[in-house]
Amino acid sequence: MIVERPRDLLIKKILAHGFLLIFLALILFPFLVVVSISFREGNFAVGSFWPENPTLEHWYLAFGLDYTRADGTVVAPPYPVLRWMWNSIKIGLIASFGILVIATISAYAFSRIKIRGKAELLDGLFLIQMFPTTLALVALYAIFDALGEVVPMLGLDRHTSLIMIYLSMITLHVWTIKGYFDSIDTALDKAAEIDGATPWQTFRYVFLPLAVPIMAVVFVLAFIFVINDYPVASVLIRSQDQMTLAVGSRLYLNEFRYLWGDFAAAAILSGLPITVVFLVAQRFLVRGLSDGAVKG
Amino acid sequence: MGGMLCRPDANGLIMAQVSEHMNDVRPSDWPRVLVVAGLALILLYGAFYLYQFAQPIYGFILLALATGIAVIFGANRFYGARFIFPGVAAVLIFIAFPVVYTIYLGFTNYSSFNLLTKDRATEVLLSRGTVDETTEQPFLLVATDQQGVYQVWLPDSGLLSEPARLADADEPLALRPSAIPSETVSRREAVRLRNALRDLVLLTPEGRELQNAGLRSFASVVPSYVQIDIDRLERTSDGTVLTANPDTGFYETADGQQISPGWRVGVGLENFRTIAGSEGMRGPLVSIFIWTVLFAGGTVFIAFAIGLLLAIILQWEHLRFKAIYRILLILPYAVPAFISILVFRGLFNQNFGEINLILQALFGIRPDWFTDTTLARLMVLIVNVWLGYPYMMLLAMGFLQAVPEDHKKAATLEGASSVRVFFSITLPQIIPPFLPLLIASFAFNFNNLMLILLLTRGGPDIPGTLIPAGGTDILASFTYRLAFMDSGQQFGLAGAITLIIFTIVAVISYANFVAMRRAAARRSAAP
Repeated sequence: MIVERPRDLLIKKILAHGFLLIFLALILFPFLVVVSISFREGNFAVGSFWPENPTLEHWYLAFGLDYTRADGTVVAPPYPVLRWMWNSIKIGLIASFGILVIATISAYAFSRIKIRGKAELLDGLFLIQMFPTTLALVALYAIFDALGEVVPMLGLDRHTSLIMIYLSMITLHVWTIKGYFDSIDTALDKAAEIDGATPWQTFRYVFLPLAVPIMAVVFVLAFIFVINDYPVASVLIRSQDQMTLAVGSRLYLNEFRYLWGDFAAAAILSGLPITVVFLVAQRFLVRGLSDGAVKG
Repeated sequence: MGGMLCRPDANGLIMAQVSEHMNDVRPSDWPRVLVVAGLALILLYGAFYLYQFAQPIYGFILLALATGIAVIFGANRFYGARFIFPGVAAVLIFIAFPVVYTIYLGFTNYSSFNLLTKDRATEVLLSRGTVDETTEQPFLLVATDQQGVYQVWLPDSGLLSEPARLADADEPLALRPSAIPSETVSRREAVRLRNALRDLVLLTPEGRELQNAGLRSFASVVPSYVQIDIDRLERTSDGTVLTANPDTGFYETADGQQISPGWRVGVGLENFRTIAGSEGMRGPLVSIFIWTVLFAGGTVFIAFAIGLLLAIILQWEHLRFKAIYRILLILPYAVPAFISILVFRGLFNQNFGEINLILQALFGIRPDWFTDTTLARLMVLIVNVWLGYPYMMLLAMGFLQAVPEDHKKAATLEGASSVRVFFSITLPQIIPPFLPLLIASFAFNFNNLMLILLLTRGGPDIPGTLIPAGGTDILASFTYRLAFMDSGQQFGLAGAITLIIFTIVAVISYANFVAMRRAAARRSAAP
């Protein structure tokens, strides 16, 4: 054990806590300000940190309710935030479920079934996935623009189109789940085989029940990814009613219509649930991130 | 993990379940074959349909998909491949194909001027008409007893059309002289029906066709262009012959005047010549490229340094309240990025953002965060480091635990300072496993479209450029602006720049791949 003198240790402790507290003050400053702004009057008003005349106007508007000011004027909500939230959650849930199904089945095959050229395929998938969707935006726009002429369900401005694109973003999840399957004893599938189970049955009745915890992690990961996506959604979705939160929120801070106060309330309302989900899931998530990325 | 999951009792339980299910499976292939055949047929029909609608590429993809499904799920040989087929197909169709297709578009003139196929462009031109003003006359709608069935009343000539459902009237409606109807539909109702009226054709007793010519009137409409043959149109107003030019994708007059809309044609290396050839394009592109690399590299380096420092402090054995610090420190990572970025956009606002208010109060300065290029870049970096350090911190905490404690102790006993210990023991041990993640992070930020679009939209604009290009634009956001924002949907040019980004990303990806293989090899070498 390395012995340190108590006085030095105390100074070090004070320094460490002092540094962390100052750093935290800087880092958390935006959150505190946003909370304060959401209770402030008006959208431009410059006020003190504790709002002098706290008002719930922005919160009423964020929840989609009309607000009657003290002087009798009625303010209508500028944007359908709850609808955007619903859109985001709907797309997020459907897409994550699809991703989970495809990724789990593929991961099982990559881990257990003998397929010719499997290793090369896995490497190929990995390399393809490293190309960001940014590179494909123009084509995605052109494809769905054209498809929409023939099949309206798969046109621009449709959630189905968006979900189909998100369904392709599976590779990272395949790796994560495959890593998990790889750690399962092979005696288990041997036993199932001896009992006469087909690979599908082995998957369905042996591996799937075992994979529930990792599937939960992947589901949360995929959900957060989909909710957070801006580029793809902003290219495909144009009309206000169809927007997701990520696309719609941008409208609040338009140069010509700057709704800082309304934005603050809407941001807290929509950001809080996602943040809580993330904080609950983060322990598993970090493990998934580093394991999934490094496993060869 | 494996040990925990495969306790003998759990094994036994699962085995029992499996054999129970095994008994009620009857090996019969018929239902599967029928389903596969049906699905393949539906897809084949879709492929044919798309092909007909002049979307041959999509038709071919659907055809390939149908074949794939039929072969993989139909033949028993490919049993194993069934499991990975959906995933691989999704990746190929929605990631690989669009990337390739975007680059292909870089060799075409696809833009808002050349948006359509040739057939569609011809159709648009042929449907254009000139209103013959001498025949223009107001109209009113007359409702009938049946819901949705109307008659058109032309008060100037005293003619009333036969009743019809407006939207379904494919044949011209005959007009007959009639008495003045007692009641007509309100103007507002008529405006609501304007879409149905647009395609309506009326036939006068003299055999002249009248069409809707605006919200209030009908008139006879003369087509502006008449097709002579597949490649030529005649302009009815002056008899000029327009010839289709397959090189430019426009109908052109003899002296080269182009008639919009045009259609999409291949232009070879034209877009690349535009990029390389004009100073107004090359200059900004080079500066954008340099900034992209600085931005991505700077972010990764600073976020890594801060994350590592925080991780080291948090790992210190004498520190209390670790759990609280940790949760608070990763908050920026937990809040959805699109919200944080917009919050910063508001906070940095030059006139009434809180950051400038504080700076004004403390130092009497109000920096131009959005109009000065250097400050805007500084702001982008600050925001991105704020967003990115928690990820680095979390990773660093994991990797630091893997550094053997006795190495550090031995060095300390030898009299090395803690700084020295860090740089010669700790850092060299965590860099190799960290490297692939750093490279991945670099690649991510190289294309961090969301940050730029939500924070600055690339601005402030660089003066004197051919196409709007901004001081904080990275290659990806510049391409996005070319294609989807203020520059007229220049998809072709955007595709060409995408090829440049593609090349760079390919190099980065390969480097990442190699680094990862090395890290994996190291891990398996040192158990």
